[in-house]
Amino acid sequence: MADPIRWARYRWQRLISTEGREVSSSSNSSSKRYQSSKTASKHRIVIPCLGHFKEEYEKVSKLYMNNKIRTTKYTLLNFIPRNLFEQFHRVANLYFLFLVVLNWVPLVEAFQKEITMLPLVVVLTIIAVKDGLEDYSKYKLDKQINNLLTKVYSRKEKKYIDECWKNVSVGDFIRLSRNEIIPADMVLLYSSDLDGICYIETASLDGETNLKQRQVVRGYSEQVSEIDPEKFSSRIECESPNNDLSRFRGFVEHSNKDRVGLSKENLLLRGCTVRNTEAVVGIVVYAGHETKAMLNNSGPHYKRSKLERKVNSDILWCVLLLILMCLTGAVGHGIWLSRYSEIPFFNIPGPDGKLIPPALAGFNMFWTMIILLQVLIPISLYVSIEIVKLGQIYLIQNDIDFYHEKTDSTIQCRSLNIAEDLGQIQYIFSDKTGTLTENKMVFRRCSIAGQEYCHEENAKRLESYQEMDSEDEDSADAQYASLNHMSKRRGHNCRAVNESLKKKSLDQLSGSYPVAGRENSASDVPHAGHVAFSSRIETDVVPDTQLLEKFSQISSHSYQQSEDAVSKLSLETTYIIDFFLALAICNTVVVSVPNQPRQKMRHSSLGRMPIKSLEEIRQMFQRLSVRRLSSSPLPSIKESSSESPNSFVSKLSIFKMKLASPALDGAAQRAAEPHNPDSPENPQLSEELDMVNVAAGSEHHSAGSSVKGSSPLSKLCYEAESPDEAALVHAARAYKCVLQSRTPDQVTVDFTGLGSLTFQLLHILPFDSVRKRMSVVVRHPVSNKVVVYTKGADSVMMDLLGTASEVGTKNSEMEQKKIKERTQKHLDDYARRGLRTLCIAKKVMSNEEYTEWLNHHFLAETSIDNREELLLESAIRLETKLTLLGATGIEDRLQDGVPDTIQALRKAGIKIWMLTGDKRETAVNIAYACKLLEPDDKIFTLKSQSRDVCALVMNKILEGIQKNTSAKKTKSQKLGNVSASPTTQAPAFSAEKCRAVVCCQATPLQKSVLVRLVRNKLKAMTLAIGDGANDVSMIQVADTGVGILGQEGMQAVMASDFAISQFRHLRKLLLVHGHWCYTRLTNMVLYFFYKNVAYVNLLFWYQFFCGFSGTSMTDYWILILFNLLFTSVPPIVYGVLDKDVSAEILMQIPQLYVMSQKSVAYLPSTFWITLLDAFYQSLVCFFVPYFTYYGSDIDIFSFGNPINTAALFIILLHLLIECKSVTWIHAVVIVGSILFYFVFTLAFGATCKTHNPPSNPYWIMERHMTDPVFYLVCLLTTCVALLPRYLLRVLQGTLFPSPVMRAKHLDKLIPEEQREAIKRWKDDCVVNCRMEFQVTSGSSSSATGAVSEEESIASVLPTSKTPLQFCSRGGLVEEVSLSDIQDESGNTNSLSSERTVFLNLSKETNSDSYGSSNCCAKVSQRTSEEGKSAISLAGLNTEQV
Amino acid sequence: MLVSWSASEGFAPQEAEARPSRCPDNSAFKQQRLPAWKPQLTIATVLSTFFLTGAFCLSVGICLILSANSVREIQVYKCSDCSKLRENSYNWNIECLCSVDFKLKEDMLGDVFMYYGLQNFYQNHRRYVISRSDAQLLGRDVNRSYCAPFTTYNNGTPMAPCGAIANSMFNDTIDLFYNFNSSVIQVPLLKTGNSWWTDKNVKFRNPQSHNLSSAFAGTARPPYWQKPVYLLDEEDERNNGYINDDFIIWMRVSAFATFRNLYRRISRKRHFADGLPAGNYTFHISYNFPVTKFKGKKYVILSTMVWSGGSNPFLGIAYVVCGAAATLTGFIITAIHLKLRKKKTYFQK
Repeated sequence: MADPIRWARYRWQRLISTEGREVSSSSNSSSKRYQSSKTASKHRIVIPCLGHFKEEYEKVSKLYMNNKIRTTKYTLLNFIPRNLFEQFHRVANLYFLFLVVLNWVPLVEAFQKEITMLPLVVVLTIIAVKDGLEDYSKYKLDKQINNLLTKVYSRKEKKYIDECWKNVSVGDFIRLSRNEIIPADMVLLYSSDLDGICYIETASLDGETNLKQRQVVRGYSEQVSEIDPEKFSSRIECESPNNDLSRFRGFVEHSNKDRVGLSKENLLLRGCTVRNTEAVVGIVVYAGHETKAMLNNSGPHYKRSKLERKVNSDILWCVLLLILMCLTGAVGHGIWLSRYSEIPFFNIPGPDGKLIPPALAGFNMFWTMIILLQVLIPISLYVSIEIVKLGQIYLIQNDIDFYHEKTDSTIQCRSLNIAEDLGQIQYIFSDKTGTLTENKMVFRRCSIAGQEYCHEENAKRLESYQEMDSEDEDSADAQYASLNHMSKRRGHNCRAVNESLKKKSLDQLSGSYPVAGRENSASDVPHAGHVAFSSRIETDVVPDTQLLEKFSQISSHSYQQSEDAVSKLSLETTYIIDFFLALAICNTVVVSVPNQPRQKMRHSSLGRMPIKSLEEIRQMFQRLSVRRLSSSPLPSIKESSSESPNSFVSKLSIFKMKLASPALDGAAQRAAEPHNPDSPENPQLSEELDMVNVAAGSEHHSAGSSVKGSSPLSKLCYEAESPDEAALVHAARAYKCVLQSRTPDQVTVDFTGLGSLTFQLLHILPFDSVRKRMSVVVRHPVSNKVVVYTKGADSVMMDLLGTASEVGTKNSEMEQKKIKERTQKHLDDYARRGLRTLCIAKKVMSNEEYTEWLNHHFLAETSIDNREELLLESAIRLETKLTLLGATGIEDRLQDGVPDTIQALRKAGIKIWMLTGDKRETAVNIAYACKLLEPDDKIFTLKSQSRDVCALVMNKILEGIQKNTSAKKTKSQKLGNVSASPTTQAPAFSAEKCRAVVCCQATPLQKSVLVRLVRNKLKAMTLAIGDGANDVSMIQVADTGVGILGQEGMQAVMASDFAISQFRHLRKLLLVHGHWCYTRLTNMVLYFFYKNVAYVNLLFWYQFFCGFSGTSMTDYWILILFNLLFTSVPPIVYGVLDKDVSAEILMQIPQLYVMSQKSVAYLPSTFWITLLDAFYQSLVCFFVPYFTYYGSDIDIFSFGNPINTAALFIILLHLLIECKSVTWIHAVVIVGSILFYFVFTLAFGATCKTHNPPSNPYWIMERHMTDPVFYLVCLLTTCVALLPRYLLRVLQGTLFPSPVMRAKHLDKLIPEEQREAIKRWKDDCVVNCRMEFQVTSGSSSSATGAVSEEESIASVLPTSKTPLQFCSRGGLVEEVSLSDIQDESGNTNSLSSERTVFLNLSKETNSDSYGSSNCCAKVSQRTSEEGKSAISLAGLNTEQV
Repeated sequence: MLVSWSASEGFAPQEAEARPSRCPDNSAFKQQRLPAWKPQLTIATVLSTFFLTGAFCLSVGICLILSANSVREIQVYKCSDCSKLRENSYNWNIECLCSVDFKLKEDMLGDVFMYYGLQNFYQNHRRYVISRSDAQLLGRDVNRSYCAPFTTYNNGTPMAPCGAIANSMFNDTIDLFYNFNSSVIQVPLLKTGNSWWTDKNVKFRNPQSHNLSSAFAGTARPPYWQKPVYLLDEEDERNNGYINDDFIIWMRVSAFATFRNLYRRISRKRHFADGLPAGNYTFHISYNFPVTKFKGKKYVILSTMVWSGGSNPFLGIAYVVCGAAATLTGFIITAIHLKLRKKKTYFQK
């Protein structure tokens, strides 16, 4: 019963917290608390709200939330109090509130009471309007979602009727059709799929575009007809709502007390889309805010930029200054008062006719002065900063250079308040796959049986793609997309029309923010957007001519020489056939047909073949279990057991399928052990020949059919979980070895030369990072032998090859060895070229061997205690004595412009770390390819198992660096192991001396730990960029997170502050927008300080002449409005639009970035110089009129008017001096401000006789307008005040131009001159950078003279603290070995809590991914359980370069 | 590109509608390519600004100094006997007259203005400045004002005018006599037209009534005053009550502690048609306003005016200095530029 309260508290906490990091953490912790308490207290019982349960239902389900969601913060009623409450959480607002209150104290009041409230009210109103608008848009979205329709079973009408989402409640039965969105978390009870499987797409939840399988609750899958809700009499008991997407526990209790367990496999999550399945029925268990998707919604995160923190500290200085000034006033007033022995006329006695003593009067004066001088603390600064940031973000978002035509996406700024941090980045942490590379795996080369096929034509094709600049491809994609879209529009029912709307709200459903780019492409472009890894560049493979010739031999052989072809078929041909079969089979690709996207392809080979050929090859395929799906509704168990002679095996295999599914989920972590069974290698050769023979015989019969079938074939869609798999399958297809269909127990491949072959799928041993390989066990349709196809990393595969073939002849043994050697050579070559390598191998088992293995395997699967270890062992036992077929080289092409970008960023003084889950060789190759490493760099490798060893190695490397620096010209690189434990910081410290660092085999957790280490220990600004779920933790930890809208989904984007579509966009984002945003904002902030100090000091100086009595010589209204109206817009325009250097120059001269990186524009000295200037200007502005009017009959407001007017001119013209570029907008705003001021004061002076009791500026301005002295005073004041600033700028601009100034000058040159100048710049840069550095930090880093450009930049970096930092090109390449994680998990609790957070994140991806990055996640998970074995594994591929 | 392609097709509108490109506008504003004036600090522009500023300031400054020099001004310190008398506030009732002789060495031509000057009188004290009621001075009833504690007497009679400013009004009377050939001629003085026209006609109004004394019935004079407000100028109905010029001028609070207020203008009649001729003059002062209380002093000032104001030469000097400084800076920059030109490696040619 306490649950609702807890729930309310939880929600309250979530809504209240406003600070960014705290939001997520507190919500996490609170939700955890909530979750644990819930689970501890009570489980959730779900009862259908139908029939005989009615009463019980009402009792139980009353407390459950319904499906209505409300993500808004406010309601109409509570908006004002709540918004005010939140706004007064800001210290600044509280301060101003305090001032307002203070002004109501009669003793100290300085202004008219109401007038002090004006600024505060304005500020609060602006912010409230902004908040309100934001909330309103959320409200509209909520409403849209709440009113979506879905089919809910109605008891009255005994059928499913349309119902709004908000009316769905727990216990409802919901029927969904294909492509519909799931409205609430529900347990799957019925699927139209015969296997009881339902496919869902979780793209809106985690962004993964591949399909996930969900299963009908056991016991219900056997039902042939749709479930009837009326007859459903079971009750469901499950966990209380929690935010763990990867877990669901519960059971169904039937009326006869039988219990059936529920797992996450049975749960359909809100926000996901049903795919491939005609209809599903489920019962809602969690609704609305209690769904897992909503609980996972942590809302937007706020970060505070470095600049803002600095501004806050400077505001503290201002406060100090204010106190000082007020103290001066207080003391001065006391002294002034004490001079008078009796009451003078002008000092008004208190009510009792006595004067308060000077000390008390001084104390009161202190507060009065605080009110009077309050403008010193710029209240408008915060509002202005927010507005300026909005403007900057708007401009960034509208930059056409960030537009990526292919995906029709542009940059998304998800975090509104850290744009200026982009200008200060010192470290970039980059993911590799998908970030630096396109994540489009392209089949490049292969080596079969020791013979290399380099696919020249394919390479040419790829080049042509590059040349085409992707334009052609795009238009093709677009055409295709639009056509598809059209057909979809016509073809689908009205529901489909609604789909785009639904899609748009999907993000909201899943509790995330609307994201541009994906939804539309997802809904409209099923081919290009939906199916991952299927762009033309990936799918089209031009076959190698040489290899094609050999293929044709297969066919012709089989045609011409029928029976005796066996002998003539060379060994090589069989290798080729097996190789491509392995490519096609050994994967987990799902096949679908594009015009019916997500429709599972169930291919019946019999239906396709002509009867004649069926008759002829019947005996060859006799024992093959062919599943006639179209005709047979029977479950596969029965069928296969009836047809297969080896029924036991089949049964087992099916049993395995059921059992193995949890293992696929990523929970299966296996300890690898060197395993060398000594069973003899199978005589595969003869079998191969046999198979080919048989196949050849059937060839000419099936040829016709395959031609006929080719047109639908070409439209097959492969949905792979990893791009490599897709690339291999597509490559196989190019050689007419087409994967036709895949079901849980069979695979059909259409092989041109051989016809359609259907393999009975016995086992899939999924990929894991320990084994680094995957295998499929199939029963070959021709030979009826059990064949194992394995593909995996060469480092492991080479050791598993059968060494001594007992059965084979000596000849073949020799052959094998030769093949192995040559393949290894090719593999090395591939790795050098930066290709991802895979080895393909096979193994033929006899039935006896298989049965023996199967028994063991069966035992492993059924064991409960250490099932995973046993399964791993079992897999290892199977994967031995393999025959090497060949190797493939897959290219993951670098994205356009990556090397240029990296080079530019490096020149900009940014250190780039590459963190990847890949193995070291690939990582280093990519690093070379993208110019992260240069050929003449020296690489250090650091890897170790323990911290001590690590430290030792580190020291050695440090020494090495030192030596290198003395040699000066030697460039050094390190490949090191970051022992990320908090106690050893040596790696980080040495890392700061390195130019580049590559971390290999990094798990997501390690990535984030590294980022945190650098961020905290080096106090550096970090940027993390990544595209996948594995980068999320790193993106969140970094100061600035950048997500790439890649192929891996939205998770990284959701977590990021900025989302871009290409890595190369980072260049402009940082170098141009970062620079601009930073300089603009700093200049604006400094200007604000200047403005306020200059203006307030006018009042302060006057205090010296009015007995420190707190008089202001300006009318209060004008005083207040001066900041609020007359001078507020120009700085904002300045902050949004000022452009010191043009984008082109900034792009071409990355060195300019150092200026903003080192905060040159906003050093402490700049702040004080600005204040000094403000003091000077206010002095001039006050004393020129003072001396002019001294001793005259001027009255107080007539004296204030020229001061105020001159101050306006000074302040606006000062802005003009500071402006680097003046557009018509600037001109309009500045002239407009001046005009507005005059119009206002004239109007005010003309109308205000008594409206403003204490002060009365009546007719003053009018009089002054006719007085020449007024103009002369204003002119002189303005001139004298601005002269020094102007002189300073003149001297800076002509005599000691800063790089920015010089760059600005470049803009003016004609192009040729410009080019030459830029060239000259690079020679010049050394001198300048060093000069800048000395200016900035004052530390005389004694970087020596004749060093290269990079070196000089390095010397600019703040890292120069110890004597050894001369090494500028020193770089670190780090390899994180598994041991570190273990160290760490043992060490700190905070880190282990992180781990859980991360695991939550990664589990979803773990479930069925092949990607190497995910394997890391598995490892990290595993290490916590049993570290030792992992360490030994980690040692496998770490070596000194 | 996408849009242009689809526009040529038959189903273009629908298509474009369904899939609006996210491509941002290629407008100058959004791409931050607005034509901009980039102030370049080249040597030519810099030098021209300095020299032009210098020349302008110098010329203006010289003009100002010349015109300020033509102003004739004489300050006369007031009698010390009476000031001693007024030191004791019990003597406030005792009349004190004093006369001060002075000599004009040269003619004061043109309009001559007579000021009274006060030193160390902090009229600009915050609470003093606000201690008035503009509404009352407009002839309206006062409900709320900042006049306290000079709003009402203890018996509830409101003060008219209220507030500390009015209460402390300068109440000396000064007459000027010209000793012409041993005969004493009173210099005719104008007591109206000294205040701002807008003050006299808009900002200050007497309460509406058939005569002035009934208008102020039920009110009392401020404590320091010797006569009620409707007797400020008994001779001229239009200079009485709140619209009395002396009162209006006093109510215009001065900016500094040392200030002067216009008291009278010399009426340019007969002998004084061209101003004040050189010779011996005498001030006859009825000394009422005590200054020793706040350690202040009183003066009487006679001054002429020019377009640039009074005799204060500061503005002219400041202009000259500023102009000189700007010119000098220009020369220095030229020198530096010439010296460094050979060494220059930057892009300015």
